[in-house]
Amino acid sequence: MKKYISIFLALLMMAMCLTACGSKEETKSVSTDGSTSMQKVMLALSEAFMNNNAGTTVTYNGTGSSTGIKAVKDGTCDIGLSSRYLKDSEKAEGLKETILAIDGIAIIIHPDNTVADLTLEQIASIYKGEITNWSEVGGSDGEIVLMGREESSGTRDGFESITGTEDACQYRQELTSNGAVLTAVAENPNAIGYVSLSSVKDTVKAISVNSVSPSEATIKDGSYPVQRPFVLVTKEGVELSETAQAFFDFATSSAANEIISAAGVVPVN
Amino acid sequence: MKSNKLFERAVHGVFLILGLVTVACVLLITVYLVISGIPAILEIGVWDFLFGTVWESTGSDPQFGILPFILSSIYGTAGALLLGVPVGFFTAVYLSKKASPKTKEIMSGAVSLLAGIPSVVYGLVGMMVLVPGIRALFGLPDGASLMAAIIVLSIMILPSIIKVSITALDAVPKEYEDASLALGATPEETWFRVSVPAAKSGIATAVVLGVGRAIGEAMAVMMVSGNVANMPSLFESVRFLTTAVSSGMGYADGLYREALFSIALVLFLFIMLMNAVLNFFLKGETK
Repeated sequence: MKKYISIFLALLMMAMCLTACGSKEETKSVSTDGSTSMQKVMLALSEAFMNNNAGTTVTYNGTGSSTGIKAVKDGTCDIGLSSRYLKDSEKAEGLKETILAIDGIAIIIHPDNTVADLTLEQIASIYKGEITNWSEVGGSDGEIVLMGREESSGTRDGFESITGTEDACQYRQELTSNGAVLTAVAENPNAIGYVSLSSVKDTVKAISVNSVSPSEATIKDGSYPVQRPFVLVTKEGVELSETAQAFFDFATSSAANEIISAAGVVPVN
Repeated sequence: MKSNKLFERAVHGVFLILGLVTVACVLLITVYLVISGIPAILEIGVWDFLFGTVWESTGSDPQFGILPFILSSIYGTAGALLLGVPVGFFTAVYLSKKASPKTKEIMSGAVSLLAGIPSVVYGLVGMMVLVPGIRALFGLPDGASLMAAIIVLSIMILPSIIKVSITALDAVPKEYEDASLALGATPEETWFRVSVPAAKSGIATAVVLGVGRAIGEAMAVMMVSGNVANMPSLFESVRFLTTAVSSGMGYADGLYREALFSIALVLFLFIMLMNAVLNFFLKGETK
């Protein structure tokens, strides 16, 4: 009996080891960990980097901004990925932020909806349930149906923190991907939703906010208000491994701009 | 002689090990769920966790009450059984007793095909057809609701109910039915008074399987139910136990992540309990 118990314990430990964050025993590899919103841009960057530097590997682990920041702090990965600015408390713990790109969050509605522009305040009121009918914001009569993302989503976190609607949104549906939000909004003439600007398709209409339509230019000059940064997080005063430093330099150089744009976000360097 | 015996022992050992793999998996999952699920329950408090009606995992003052999920799962499964069991049961009786061999072959094939459709496809069709349909039919602002989930689930449990019931009904000895017919009973009376009671245990198994499938389904439900942690109501957006786990697991961290394991543990215990109860009531009587 004792023997079986010890076998099960051993198996259990093995299972736990497998779930642990990728370690950095190889000097030629770079591990990144964090925001799932940054997956697309990170995969594009690491692919380009690995093509240029044979023998190196860049791993990406999509765990979420807060987990990624924590991973850098604990030293379980080289570069953390965050789709929000670092909090002051996190900076106080010796973490350093480098902005890689800016992501715009598009507010989308059904293409048949006549509304073309909303202010940030109107959007906030709509999501808080204070405005419930499209006629109140210049559209035709119809109950507004709020589509959003699940509570751990980076896009939701970004949207709610920008509009100041944390914990107050009266969602009708909480979907688990940008694609699902697009489909749900395209299916319902009274729906409103938010997705990463890079994933907007013709099946929906992206409205302008505060009279500024979402585009690469308006995001970069800061005039489009619903935007958030993609941040590379490192430890202040701790040197990266040679490969990790090379990757960091590559990602923040102007040479990477084309790749970053192709991934649907706006480069800043 | 000696090498023969050794060989037999070796074969026996191999089979024993293969058998133990299954047992080990069950034990491993159970142990893992208990170990990772208990801490959050204790931290939140058993009562607040199981009977709390508010789920706000990412709020500034996080609340982890899973009663909405538990009730949604129960209502969803019950609704699916209410729609699915009668349809599946009568289909099985028809296919087993009345249908011509050709009809039976074609319809059984279709049922098998239904079983082979991945749940994500059910979800997709539900999202594109059922959800807008419910919205238009009932004049709702949005169709993603408990109702949509019930309809999708009731279709998903049909194959297991029909197939297992057919097997049970086919296995009823022909002598029973012949005797009934010889005594002057009509075929219909024979099916429902003789064949069905004789196949009761198998049909009960079919229902239990259906319950298991319905309560454990995540993907299709997630796509049509709206996924908001409301207390269940037929035309409101709801979140099931399964979808609570699968929608959060990708990104969650801290107590939220641990709470998801706790939900999985509750779901696990729930299914065990349900199976035990159903087995006891549905099958116990025949003995």
